[in-house]
Amino acid sequence: MSVTIHLPNVLVPLADGHRTLDARGDTLKEAIDDVVGRYPRLAARLRDEHGRPYEYVTFYLNDADIRLNGGFEIPVRDGDEVTVVPAVAGG
Amino acid sequence: MTAVGLLPQRCRHCDTRYEPGAFAICEQCLGPLAPDYSERRSLPDRETIGARERSLWRYREWLPFEGEPELSRDTGFTPLFDAPSLARALGVGRLWVKNDGVSHPSLSFKDRVVATAVNAAAALGLETIACASTGNLANAVAAHAARAGLPAWVFVPEDLEEGKLIATAIHGARLVRVRGTYDDVNRLCAQVADQFGWGVVNVNLRGYYGEGSKTLAFEIAEQLGWRLPAAVVAPMAGGSLVTKLHAGFEAFIAAGLVNGPAPRIYGAQAAGCAPIVRLVESGGDRITPVVPKTIARSIAIGNPADGAGAAKAIRRTGGWAAAVSDDELVAGIRHLAEHTGVFTETAGGVTVAAARALARAGKLGENDEVVLCITGNGLKTVEVVRGSLGSEPPIPAKLAAVTALVEQSFTSPVPRALCQAAQSTPSAREAP
Repeated sequence: MSVTIHLPNVLVPLADGHRTLDARGDTLKEAIDDVVGRYPRLAARLRDEHGRPYEYVTFYLNDADIRLNGGFEIPVRDGDEVTVVPAVAGG
Repeated sequence: MTAVGLLPQRCRHCDTRYEPGAFAICEQCLGPLAPDYSERRSLPDRETIGARERSLWRYREWLPFEGEPELSRDTGFTPLFDAPSLARALGVGRLWVKNDGVSHPSLSFKDRVVATAVNAAAALGLETIACASTGNLANAVAAHAARAGLPAWVFVPEDLEEGKLIATAIHGARLVRVRGTYDDVNRLCAQVADQFGWGVVNVNLRGYYGEGSKTLAFEIAEQLGWRLPAAVVAPMAGGSLVTKLHAGFEAFIAAGLVNGPAPRIYGAQAAGCAPIVRLVESGGDRITPVVPKTIARSIAIGNPADGAGAAKAIRRTGGWAAAVSDDELVAGIRHLAEHTGVFTETAGGVTVAAARALARAGKLGENDEVVLCITGNGLKTVEVVRGSLGSEPPIPAKLAAVTALVEQSFTSPVPRALCQAAQSTPSAREAP
């Protein structure tokens, strides 16, 4: 499956200046593994040492918070949009 | 516009220091930034503070500016009053109500944070301010922007109460209703802050904005006669207010203005959106987000950014948290109105109902002096209580008609409104 990952400005330098990335995988975890393989500096800002989502970012799959739908194990489909947003906002 | 300067910021996670700017997260670790106050700065004593203007700026040494901010000078210093009838009804020793429902100019505690943020925006030369809001912040941003002559973009969930929509649009703000919950609006505004050069007060100005909430704690301490209560009960949405109340009390203790210990902090949420209460109960360290389902829209944040910090502050002070049903919160609104003459909105109803539940669970007792933080005004959310009040048919303008009503009231007195729901089983859980 091929999905598009949108990064916030603060992570763009860690992806060699790319604001959006194409990624492949059957789950979100596999898609994240794919981009981290190509842009290793993103790794610590997308996952923690236990492989969970990094505490200061929130992942949205097609606008839905992935924590409400299975986290990184959520399946992805061709054309899905993943948005990464800094977690510290609002209230 | 103004020559006021802003303090630098420091990451609360990795300690990286940043010059002042319109950003609120650390470039290194994405952790939250907070103003970096100099420990060597000169602090005022009680007498100096007491001689200053009666606004939140009397505590300016604990706000993130260098020099005197010029905008929104008259916000803050809302009433704190003794409420013995409500204390008896709730079963606590002594009860004070801190009423930010009459905050100037927009009738909620959000005036405090926006007064701070609008001065930060001015100091940074930003020409537009914006926010993601559940209603009260929308009103405050629109009002303070109008006073400052700044354009404002305000993003809210589409189903907000009418009073909050009107109290935003009336100031000339660009009001954008977004399909979805507040959490959808918040995600959108995080992207908006990335895209446009605006000061989104609770996104890229968040480190400065949040500091305004500390003044609620400062005022409580000063208005009690430079001392601290045993406990404070406050509503929780994003969780920031609870963390800043704790920070404010600790700052005044550190400055020697009051003696410790810091009050026990108790957080209140609606049962239909209680991720912070659940975190306190579980003892965990990460929020599990929820999809809000409650009439308490002003605190309906399913993914609270400061939820973990709020739970930590609550635990550190020996406090606790409680969630109440929508029926209980409506009863709480009526309870406060009937015992104190204050008409609050849904968040205030949650706070009162939670205090009742906490007292019944033994968390608040007859020896406790308690402050309830009432953060908003009931006139903004009249629809939530309309159904609970009933209505009588109009009468002819005849004295005989009134006489009949009076005689009827002797035979079947109108019951004091409180509150079948509030007398039901409390939702506060016992500590593990």
